[in-house]
Amino acid sequence: MNAPTRYVDDSVKGFITWSIIWGTIAVLVGIVISLQLVWPQLNVAPYFTYGRLRPIHTNAGIFGWGIGSFIAMFFYITQRLTKTQLWSPKLARVTLWIFNVAIASAAVTLAMGINRTKEYAELEWPLAIVVAVLWVLFSINVFMTILKRKEEQMYISLWYIMAALVGVTVLYVVNNLGMPLHLFKSYSAFAGTNDANVQWWYGHNAVAMVLTVPPLAIFYYFLPKIINNPIYSHRMGIIAFWSLIFMYLWTGAHHLLWTPVPDWIQTVAMAFSIMLIAPSWGAVMNGYLTMNGQWEKMKTNYLVKFMIVGITFYGLQTLQGPMQAVRSFSAFIHYTDWVPGHVHMGTMGWVSMVLFGATYYVTSTLTGTEVYSVKLANAHFWLVLVGQLIYSITMWIAGVQQAGMLLDTNPDGTLHYSFMETMISIFPYYKIRAVSGFIYLAGLIIFIYNIYKTFQKGADSQAAKA
Amino acid sequence: MLEKNPVIFIILAFVVIMIGTTITMIAPFKWINGPGDRIAEVKPYTPLQQEGRDIYMREGCNNCHSQTVRTLAADVERYGNGGSYSRSGEFVYDRPFLWGSRRTGPDLARIGLKYPDPKGAWHKKHMENPQSVVPASNMPAYDFLNTPLDTTYSERKMKLLKFPYSQADLDELKGKSEMDAIIAYMRKLGTDIPVKKAEAAIKSPASQTNPFTDLKAVQKDAESLYKQNCASCHGDKREGTLGPALKGSAKPDAELFKSISQGIEENGMPAFGSSLDEQKIWKLVTYIKLGTK
Repeated sequence: MNAPTRYVDDSVKGFITWSIIWGTIAVLVGIVISLQLVWPQLNVAPYFTYGRLRPIHTNAGIFGWGIGSFIAMFFYITQRLTKTQLWSPKLARVTLWIFNVAIASAAVTLAMGINRTKEYAELEWPLAIVVAVLWVLFSINVFMTILKRKEEQMYISLWYIMAALVGVTVLYVVNNLGMPLHLFKSYSAFAGTNDANVQWWYGHNAVAMVLTVPPLAIFYYFLPKIINNPIYSHRMGIIAFWSLIFMYLWTGAHHLLWTPVPDWIQTVAMAFSIMLIAPSWGAVMNGYLTMNGQWEKMKTNYLVKFMIVGITFYGLQTLQGPMQAVRSFSAFIHYTDWVPGHVHMGTMGWVSMVLFGATYYVTSTLTGTEVYSVKLANAHFWLVLVGQLIYSITMWIAGVQQAGMLLDTNPDGTLHYSFMETMISIFPYYKIRAVSGFIYLAGLIIFIYNIYKTFQKGADSQAAKA
Repeated sequence: MLEKNPVIFIILAFVVIMIGTTITMIAPFKWINGPGDRIAEVKPYTPLQQEGRDIYMREGCNNCHSQTVRTLAADVERYGNGGSYSRSGEFVYDRPFLWGSRRTGPDLARIGLKYPDPKGAWHKKHMENPQSVVPASNMPAYDFLNTPLDTTYSERKMKLLKFPYSQADLDELKGKSEMDAIIAYMRKLGTDIPVKKAEAAIKSPASQTNPFTDLKAVQKDAESLYKQNCASCHGDKREGTLGPALKGSAKPDAELFKSISQGIEENGMPAFGSSLDEQKIWKLVTYIKLGTK
């Protein structure tokens, strides 16, 4: 390598390693709770009941696997795009420590029943402060690197990165405002309908600022790198960027359709959700058109598969999402399993696919060697794809079926099915869903093995050279 | 220019994010929970109810149970328990809100209206062993809530939340278990708002005589109705569990009809008049008295 700058990547490696560990825990807990929904006797009271485990599943997934790998990728990408060494490698190492302490304490406290019950903002106030500090330290590091950059032009990925830094900070701080009772208990600063409105402003924009903007930054960086072709249109990327971060913040109340939240807020949320199709598909098309003339690489390059299938799921996700945000459709599927089906297409399909691809690429670069086994990478690809598809499709069917039964009335206006009858009818789908989790886990294990072997291979060739 | 100045960029991005935030999230603070939303009858939680609410939060009940009846006919019918859809003013004391996002179990916004029994016997049995009441339920058992309630912070909670309380309210906590607290919370949910009484909602039957005198004609329907609505408290074979045995009841048909339709509040028998029509209730009466199984 004759790069003019020496990049510091030990924290990239650290975050990759730990995010994979937390991600695996997220999947394992996911499998456990999927089984608990079929066999309630699997609940081990009090620490391992569904109610306490589900937040561990979501927090390990979003914060452990998601945020952890975004930090890794942001450290990596920012250095390369600015041709500048990370502002403070020491701070990056400290960040990794705080990250692991935070996620581990999150798992322990949630199992103990210490939680705020606000979805994806469950952590009690001392831990929420730790998470906020962690994010600010990380943001400063990335931002200072950009500030003292050697490359004047800021590529689109840096825009997305900076937006995520600001966005996540604002969202997280506001939704975590509370009144502490003691160290392990606080009450929300907002009450009732206000709290609901703040929560879903946060909840949906966590999807924007954590599960959309960072993977887009990663996608925009790695796809052109992998196929060695510049992005199709920087300008389209920029237009899509500004409209995306403008529109997202209006849409939170589509989680609250038909509830006591004021009607006009619901309607505005619905309209902006539909409008969001445009910027979302701006990014999708930018990805597709970047592939122009190179589509054969879908066959020859396993990394392209992860990236393109990932962005395709993003495209599907951003069509299905706006559809769900429409009142009539929401009336039907809201509160059913359709929604977990939707969410898991985003997390297991879009976000994780792009992260898998990026992780393979970065591991190759860091070790200075090719991936240990392309064959295994392909097996990994197919297993997680099939696992995710089975998950989402069964949940969509279960959701539609239950929704239909819940709304079914007799000629005299009374309900046709009892609540339990609707549940009994979807239990078979729950069993299939649990199986899909095991398939996904199998893919994940192959991924971990492959990455581990690649690092080992890199270390061996280093040793051979020395 | 933008491409070259990260500081200006970050400020701009912040401004863009804050436009939608200000209009749809910050501005509504001006009127949500304001005088227009208030419902005079809605009262804050007592210390015991708030302790119950905190246990509900601790156990993550919100992961499976929602607490808002949407403005949809099917929602009102299924979860209203005789009440209407949820209104903003009912939640002004809820910190945090507990509306939830997934109904793996039924909505609980009006659960307090469902079981009138002041001792909460149904809830206790159901919490301790959900399958004993609802055989196919996938709810975990919460028998571990039968432990003494920790009341160290009860008074401080009232002060922090600015809820009024009396010494009698605090005395009520003495000797209570966590189970008592969560049941007290369940029994409060949805009960503040004025509800049309079941007898008003459902008129007396058109005729005082049971149109179904032949068991055979109604057996299939009646059996499934019984299983869904009655078996959890009166037993699969009408032998009586939480509620009394029904097999071969000597009550006159019209009186049985009235019990089912209007409930017997002092005994904890819920009213089914708003969820079952006249025909179905008569079928149940026939089955209860003549059923062979």
